[in-house]
Amino acid sequence: MAAIAIPVPAAPRELTPARRALKRLARRRGAMAGLALVAFFVAIALLAPWISPYDPLATSWSAVRKAPSMAHWFGTDDIGRDVLARVVWGARASLLAGLVSVGIALCVGVPIGLAAGYVGGWTDMLISRVTDAMLACPFLILAIALAAFLGPSLTNAMIAIGIAATPIFIRLTRGQVLAVKVEDYIEAARAVGNSHLRIALRHVLPNIVAPLIVQATLAIAAAVIAEASLSFLGLGQQPPAPSWGSMLNIAKNYVENAPWMAVWPGMSIFLLVLSFNLLGDGLRDALDPRHG
Amino acid sequence: MLNFLLKRIAAIIPTLFFVSVLIFGLQQLLPGDPAIAMAGEERDPNVIAYLRGKFHLDDPLPVRYWYWVSGVFHGDLGDSVRIQKPVVELIGEKLPVTIELAVLAMTIALTIGISAGIVSAVLKDTKWDYAANIFALWGLSTPNFWLGILLILLFAVKLGWLPASGYVSPFEDLKANLAAMIMPAFVLGNAIAAVLMRHTRSAMLQVLSSDYVRTARAKGLDERVVVLRHALRNALIPIVTLGALQFGELLGGAVLTEQVFSIPGFGKLIVDAVFNRDYSVVQGVVLFTATAYITLNLLADIAYFAINPRMRA
Repeated sequence: MAAIAIPVPAAPRELTPARRALKRLARRRGAMAGLALVAFFVAIALLAPWISPYDPLATSWSAVRKAPSMAHWFGTDDIGRDVLARVVWGARASLLAGLVSVGIALCVGVPIGLAAGYVGGWTDMLISRVTDAMLACPFLILAIALAAFLGPSLTNAMIAIGIAATPIFIRLTRGQVLAVKVEDYIEAARAVGNSHLRIALRHVLPNIVAPLIVQATLAIAAAVIAEASLSFLGLGQQPPAPSWGSMLNIAKNYVENAPWMAVWPGMSIFLLVLSFNLLGDGLRDALDPRHG
Repeated sequence: MLNFLLKRIAAIIPTLFFVSVLIFGLQQLLPGDPAIAMAGEERDPNVIAYLRGKFHLDDPLPVRYWYWVSGVFHGDLGDSVRIQKPVVELIGEKLPVTIELAVLAMTIALTIGISAGIVSAVLKDTKWDYAANIFALWGLSTPNFWLGILLILLFAVKLGWLPASGYVSPFEDLKANLAAMIMPAFVLGNAIAAVLMRHTRSAMLQVLSSDYVRTARAKGLDERVVVLRHALRNALIPIVTLGALQFGELLGGAVLTEQVFSIPGFGKLIVDAVFNRDYSVVQGVVLFTATAYITLNLLADIAYFAINPRMRA
């Protein structure tokens, strides 16, 4: 008797949560546009030495405040420097400030928030009160004060923005840890004899990464604006090094005669911040389990 | 109510203590000897000796903190090195200008943000909703100093409708005052309007899908009455807290806006102080801002408690 082969439908491949989130992210046009813009600016920053049409520091007294032309696509500034070259090189300062300052905030804020939420008691109370105190100082005013006391430079501006952004990550991490640490799998990890450090790092931390990624993306947008603000005030990147904020600081004196000096660096800040905001919004929707 | 109030006030005392420690700590960030840093480029030994005595720099840190905080409790935030005036007096002089700017900006933000949020929620997934969302993204992504420069270019340079910068007291000439303040107020209110729009939209969407709104519609009430009287009143409750939180952001944003439009307010005071190494003024302004922010939060919590019947139940 011939055996009858019964076709067994192939079991659908189980997608990991990260892959599911990536698929959801890829379906969001806004987020994809944001990602493309971020990639564009990263490429510009990395390729600046090769794609910049002129030396961003080279002055030319015969080309002072020239309107956009074939020779200078974005025009020239008050001392004859090419605006396009400075915008291209300025992308480095903005992206670096966004990434480094948020990196500082993550490296400091997440461990402290983890300790506050996991240990609880007096540790939590002390950390929470200090966090409240830092959050009571408006972000930009705190960054300005820190930059003022540290001294004006791009490095100090990044440190100041990083410190000013830290309390948000402490509070977010603490809140997430409080929600996760009562879950059954944490109880199980404790029951099998894992140390507190191992539970915090191997079981709690991976489960709170999603909101941290979203917050970090949105914080980069805020940090880019903050760096531009500090440079606009003269507390960030120091002249003659190019930065979009310091370009706007000079441009405001020539609005009537050379408006192009203000248009392009401002447009670049706007587009870079917009791209991180779009990406952050998309990530929030994609990583939120309610959208599953 | 009294119980809630007392608990809330008790909670802000440690926060204020840590704010004072944080602001006092700023001085410790000065590289090297703070007296030399504060004395300026001349480094006059007499000035350095005076500063060492004045700030008790030879005493241990806790003692120095105690001297500083005792002065704060007596309304002494130190003197401005540059203007030779008490910091409290300087803040008192500049504050009315910034408050006027902040109130105008908040009025613009509330008007645009709440209206756009309502339209966006009521007309969800229509072109109006998309337009409101694009407006919110624009508001959140535009650096306000750039927007200020663009508005000066359009309304002052090209059209000549408004003054590019400067300030006129409302008591001198109200019309000239409003003409000078409208652009900075819009610049400052723009980002806040975007935040308020997003929150109003989300709160309205939640309320509009609730049972009591369905009941109101089933009774045959006019849609405008349902939206404005039944839905909006409840949706606005969380906006009260948000409004107070955004007021702190307004003070931060005012620093840049006042710089662009040359408005002699609080923001300009801190920027000038930073460049003149007038550290007492910087500390005074941060302390004042943080205290104002904490107080506004307290008032918002009380208002939230008072207007939300569920909190009192």
